[in-house]
Amino acid sequence: MLLKKLSEAFGPSGYEQEVRAVLEEDLKDYVSQWQRDALGNLIACKPAATGPRVMIAAHMDEVGLMINYVDDAGLLHFREIGLDDRVLVSKPVLIGKQRIPGVIGAKAIHLQKPDERKQVIPSRSLFIDIGAKTKEEALERVKIGDYVIFATKFGEFGTGMVKGKAFDDRSGCYALAEILKEDYSIPLYGAFTVQEEVGLRGAGVAGYAIAPDLAIVLEGTTCHDLSGADEHAYSTVLGGGPAISFMDSSSIGNKALIHELVRIAEENNIPYQLKRSVTGGNDAGRISLSRTGVPAVVISIPCRYIHSPVSALKLSDLEHTISLVKLFLRSVEGGFRV
Amino acid sequence: MKELIKRVVETYGPSGSEECIRDLIKQEITPYVDEVQVDALGNLIAIKRGGGKKLMLASHMDEIGVMVTHIDENGFLRFYSVGGLSPFSLIGNRCYFANGTVGVFGMEKLDEIKDLSMKKIFIDIGVDSREEALKKVSLGDTAAIKREFNDLGNRLVSKAMDNRVSCAVLIEALKQVQNPVYDIYAVFTTQEEVGLRGARVATFGITPDVGIAIDVTRTGDTPKSATMDVCLGKGPTVKVRDSSVLCTPAVRRHMEQVAKANGIPYQLEVLEAGGTDAGAIQLTKSGIPAGVMSIPCRYVHTASEMVDYRDVEQGVRLIVKLMETDYQG
Amino acid sequence: MQTRDFLRQMVEATGVSGSECQVADLVSQVYGEVCDEVQRDVLGNVIGLKRGEGAGKRPTIMLAGHMDEIGLMITKIDEKGFLKFTQVGGVDQRTLVSQEVIVHGREDVIGIIGLKPPHLMSPEDRGKAVPMQGLLIDVGLPVERVRELISVGDVVTVNRSFMELGSDIVSCKAMDDRAAVAVIYECLSELKKLRHTADVYAVATTQEEVGLRGATVSTYGINPDIGIALDVCHGAMPGVPEQDTAPMGNGPSIAFGANIHPKVFEQVTKIAKEYNISYTPRPVPAGTGTDLWAMQVVRAGIPTALLSIPSRYMHTSVETVSMTDVKLMGRLLALFIASVDAAFVEGLLCY
Repeated sequence: MLLKKLSEAFGPSGYEQEVRAVLEEDLKDYVSQWQRDALGNLIACKPAATGPRVMIAAHMDEVGLMINYVDDAGLLHFREIGLDDRVLVSKPVLIGKQRIPGVIGAKAIHLQKPDERKQVIPSRSLFIDIGAKTKEEALERVKIGDYVIFATKFGEFGTGMVKGKAFDDRSGCYALAEILKEDYSIPLYGAFTVQEEVGLRGAGVAGYAIAPDLAIVLEGTTCHDLSGADEHAYSTVLGGGPAISFMDSSSIGNKALIHELVRIAEENNIPYQLKRSVTGGNDAGRISLSRTGVPAVVISIPCRYIHSPVSALKLSDLEHTISLVKLFLRSVEGGFRV
Repeated sequence: MKELIKRVVETYGPSGSEECIRDLIKQEITPYVDEVQVDALGNLIAIKRGGGKKLMLASHMDEIGVMVTHIDENGFLRFYSVGGLSPFSLIGNRCYFANGTVGVFGMEKLDEIKDLSMKKIFIDIGVDSREEALKKVSLGDTAAIKREFNDLGNRLVSKAMDNRVSCAVLIEALKQVQNPVYDIYAVFTTQEEVGLRGARVATFGITPDVGIAIDVTRTGDTPKSATMDVCLGKGPTVKVRDSSVLCTPAVRRHMEQVAKANGIPYQLEVLEAGGTDAGAIQLTKSGIPAGVMSIPCRYVHTASEMVDYRDVEQGVRLIVKLMETDYQG
Repeated sequence: MQTRDFLRQMVEATGVSGSECQVADLVSQVYGEVCDEVQRDVLGNVIGLKRGEGAGKRPTIMLAGHMDEIGLMITKIDEKGFLKFTQVGGVDQRTLVSQEVIVHGREDVIGIIGLKPPHLMSPEDRGKAVPMQGLLIDVGLPVERVRELISVGDVVTVNRSFMELGSDIVSCKAMDDRAAVAVIYECLSELKKLRHTADVYAVATTQEEVGLRGATVSTYGINPDIGIALDVCHGAMPGVPEQDTAPMGNGPSIAFGANIHPKVFEQVTKIAKEYNISYTPRPVPAGTGTDLWAMQVVRAGIPTALLSIPSRYMHTSVETVSMTDVKLMGRLLALFIASVDAAFVEGLLCY
């Protein structure tokens, strides 16, 4: 199942090969023209003779870690890529292409003083244990610079929900792949971008190369609709459908695109929501400012617990996102212009 | 010109919602230029052809504001700032939306005033329920600060002097210039307050030979102010640097020479924190020589920004002369 | 010219970000010895071109080392003629106390950033660092004369001479990043003895310290097939964890990670091993904090790599580097350039 393969694929920022391979394999019967670039972006090209050039982007990279030092006791030290210190403790991980298993341990509770437990353990004090007893033994199995992902398995749970790592933004990649499996009469470019989590790096160069007339960015976004959270701080609500953003820290959404998406959703009875939080940046920030500017909008799939080892989403939100974008593309085919 | 300034500062136009101010400016300048365009990010580009190199003059037309992110069941609005706003500058102030709806900034109870943050502030538009609120505003609507223009004689006060006073300068200069020696691209840019965004794409499309931004800058002439050698009433400034740009020395020298040759008083400006469109202009493509003329302004990013009218008049003269004097580089 | 002499002249010259003319003129002149042509662009970047061999379109490689240094800028002249100032680039204000400086006004004026003597300070004050707003430059002149010579916006550098510490280590201000400009010169000199297909654009960039600005525009103008930035990295020293530094005298530190194209890294390290040039590999998960961060995302993207010179005491006026490292880096770069052909460049897009 594509969503499972994408969620479990190994792809921290800067090392997205496996995700690229999964997508190329999955789309091989639907996309005949691929464009690649110096950063590793993968662009699916479905050209057409006339019509505005539409770019849809989803980023392939996930948050993770990178090994930067092996100490004499055979323990691995690391640097974070887009992660909060608090989610690291007591987690199983996989290192490198070989997926060597390891654990990020912590001092047993019995050995801690009471006030120690109230403090966050800084990542510099954490390490990964792969069961090696010496530096040499460790270096036989892993090397400095190896990337690390969480060892989370994808699975279904609750009602119509799935859990797994990297829904930010493999859920977006899944949606984009499904959209690309249909044919359109307008030029469509599906950009699977790299390195979004370390600074929106791939999107801008992809935008420059494609030079689209309009762009949609598909993201997996924050959803904090839990008990005890202030309603105005939810950001999005699980089950509320695709979330359309007015603004975030990197861009202000194009109003004409927002209105059209809302109109299509209401006319076709597709549940949708307006994203409540406006912090955080994404690929739209770079695409909208490439060359002479591109009208852009961000549509997000609500995901609880993003940027942590296990996130959760509702499958209906994912399906509705795909439907909404497909209908939007039909609207552009039918003459909608910004 | 005071009447023009009043009209532009009082017009609605926060970053991302510049339609109203763009329409007003377009009406003002169309009789004085050869062509008017609007690009993908809403920049208003007015072209006045005089032959010669391309001179881009940029003045951002967006103002800071707040965007509605939530409407609670009692009709109170929660928001996020659009551009740099201090929560302390909102308390007791009012805001207004494109459709004229007026709101008041209220705050939650605080133990200490220094604990104030944007999250503890809400907007009251005078209704009692979410349903009533939704008749007047929607999620995603942006409001600007509401405060009227006052003429204090030599000094003028209003919200949005940053940067509408510069827009007025550019409009007036386009009306007054007689013999431009460039193809002038007067760009009223969008979304400067959220990251110099409009200027970046406009410059890419124009690729000028030289670019000068017109903006406001702070002063050091109020009691116990931060160190800054700029005062109201001593003329517009020629900027040396701010956090977004180290002005191209040749452009700065050119601006100083033009000022001196025409008897226009000016001040040199070093701004430690704050950026302008010139930062985006300079780094476009393989580089554009860039400079800035600023109008000194007290109380920037509050509801009562104050400029000196004489600085504004001299600013217009300087821009006109810059349009009439070739840059040798 | 000997590389060591070029380095000495560069670090003793002035070139604060945005005002790089003096050092730029020197670099232009010296690069002229080893390049076919040298030009200056709109932001003052010095761009030297050394052409490769072969008819038709040749691969292009851009080398970038920044020639600007951090410094100070005058913000106000007070009634007594003392100067208030702010920083240009990341200056640690604690390194300014008790320094001799040069104010670059209409003339170069010598000044001192003094400190209230300990005898006149309270015990608590003695334990606190002085903020930049509390420091003044004393040029010892009456205020009228100060105003004739100096104005708001003038730049200031620390008055420092090049020093040789033993036979290998050298120290001065601005080793960050003029040591890299020297490496590029060393590389071009080596290239004269080798055959190479690629056209080499040797760029001494401006305004790196305030936002990688020179590199942004020069890379756009050149649009190279490969972009290599050269900068300093932290040299091993007590009190800093091993993984954050590289040993001095062991050759360049070569970074890998998101900011670097894996195949370029592979080729550079392959050449290093083949020719027995020692180096330290350095994992960098995200940004490298150098011109490379800007170069990589110009236009439709550029394959990039970073070579770094280990340096102790970065952003002080006594930065140190090892001349052995400078020589090794220059040689490695030249050998890498000689190994690049059209086929290698094509392979960089097949990720």
